[in-house]
Amino acid sequence: MSEHHQVLSSPEITFAAPHKDDAVKRFMIVTIVLSVITLIELGFGFGLAKHWFGHNSGLILFIKGVICILSLAKAYYIVSVFMHLGDEVRNLIMTIVVPLCLFIWFITAFLWDGNSWKNLRNTNAGSRPAQTEQTVPAAKESGTKE
Amino acid sequence: MSTTAIPTNTKWWNGGRSPFNASYGKVMMWYFLMSDAFTFGAFLISYGTLRFSQNHWVDPNHVFNSFPFAGHADLPLAFVSIMTFILIISSVTMVMAVHKGHQMDQKGVEKYMLWTIVGGAAFLGCQAWEWTHLLTGEHAVLVNGQIEHWNTTVSHNPFGPEVMFNGQEVATPGPIAFGSYFFEITGFHGFHVLSGVVINIIMYIKTKMGHFQQRGHYEMIEKAGLYWHFVDLVWVFVFLCFYLI
Repeated sequence: MSEHHQVLSSPEITFAAPHKDDAVKRFMIVTIVLSVITLIELGFGFGLAKHWFGHNSGLILFIKGVICILSLAKAYYIVSVFMHLGDEVRNLIMTIVVPLCLFIWFITAFLWDGNSWKNLRNTNAGSRPAQTEQTVPAAKESGTKE
Repeated sequence: MSTTAIPTNTKWWNGGRSPFNASYGKVMMWYFLMSDAFTFGAFLISYGTLRFSQNHWVDPNHVFNSFPFAGHADLPLAFVSIMTFILIISSVTMVMAVHKGHQMDQKGVEKYMLWTIVGGAAFLGCQAWEWTHLLTGEHAVLVNGQIEHWNTTVSHNPFGPEVMFNGQEVATPGPIAFGSYFFEITGFHGFHVLSGVVINIIMYIKTKMGHFQQRGHYEMIEKAGLYWHFVDLVWVFVFLCFYLI
């Protein structure tokens, strides 16, 4: 059937990775999982677009959080199975995954910063309370600038 | 996840072998992808920072609700879903190409590489349509007491907050950063897709010419595959930030 014995791609490789017989089945299962996750995300996104969740900002934020977690799940499947990182030596996996944890700080810190910036602008650096939301910008405004 | 069986008593860090049991080329491709991940991450996070700093932002479901040949139908998320599935399927065909490479099946590799190239080209076509639609589209916007029709560019954003004007709701200019960020990030990603398609075409030609069969292994296809999956992964997050949340 299939020829598994092949030349090792480089003399620095000590042993060939063990070959799985159900590889194609795994790929198809992961493809279906990715498609289902995408459909769920699209469903939530569509729901947000059509205001199915009302204007309850807490619920909307929760739904967006769920969508983010689903995207992270997709990332895990793509990296681990499609890119075969899951089959590599554990130390190599760690050199990839550990630095990516910097993103946790990166995202949190910068979104916090953005939010703080908005509050500072709305309250003129804390010197007055923020105005309640009014959607009547002056007609002469030519676009919001930072 | 399976743990690769490691022969006992192997001195991994004494030199003379790769401590990760992977070739230099593959390890370096992974580290290049890490650097690219941080670059895209920086762009997307700065987009998030700016968006969080604004009181009003564009509603993506009003901007991206068109579909080719559907005229003015309101179809939020429809076209971008097609783009996402195209890229996912092209990733699957790439995985199959790598798998056929492990089996030294030249014809199999050719077939799947060809499908991957088609998928990548289709995605680029879709992105080109999306850009054209934004750059040439017209949206009513109230400027200085008059209704003008604006396209969406790096200097014009007709999707700002809506006001009442002559008994109708009409948009006012929105933050111009939206156009900049959208075109820059999708453009940078599209550039990666384009270079990925070019690399895949080169891989296809080399496969067809028998270079890898002669070499005895298809690891080059694996490395091209890593790049291609990375491109798909970035799209997952671009799609998330611009269209979903």
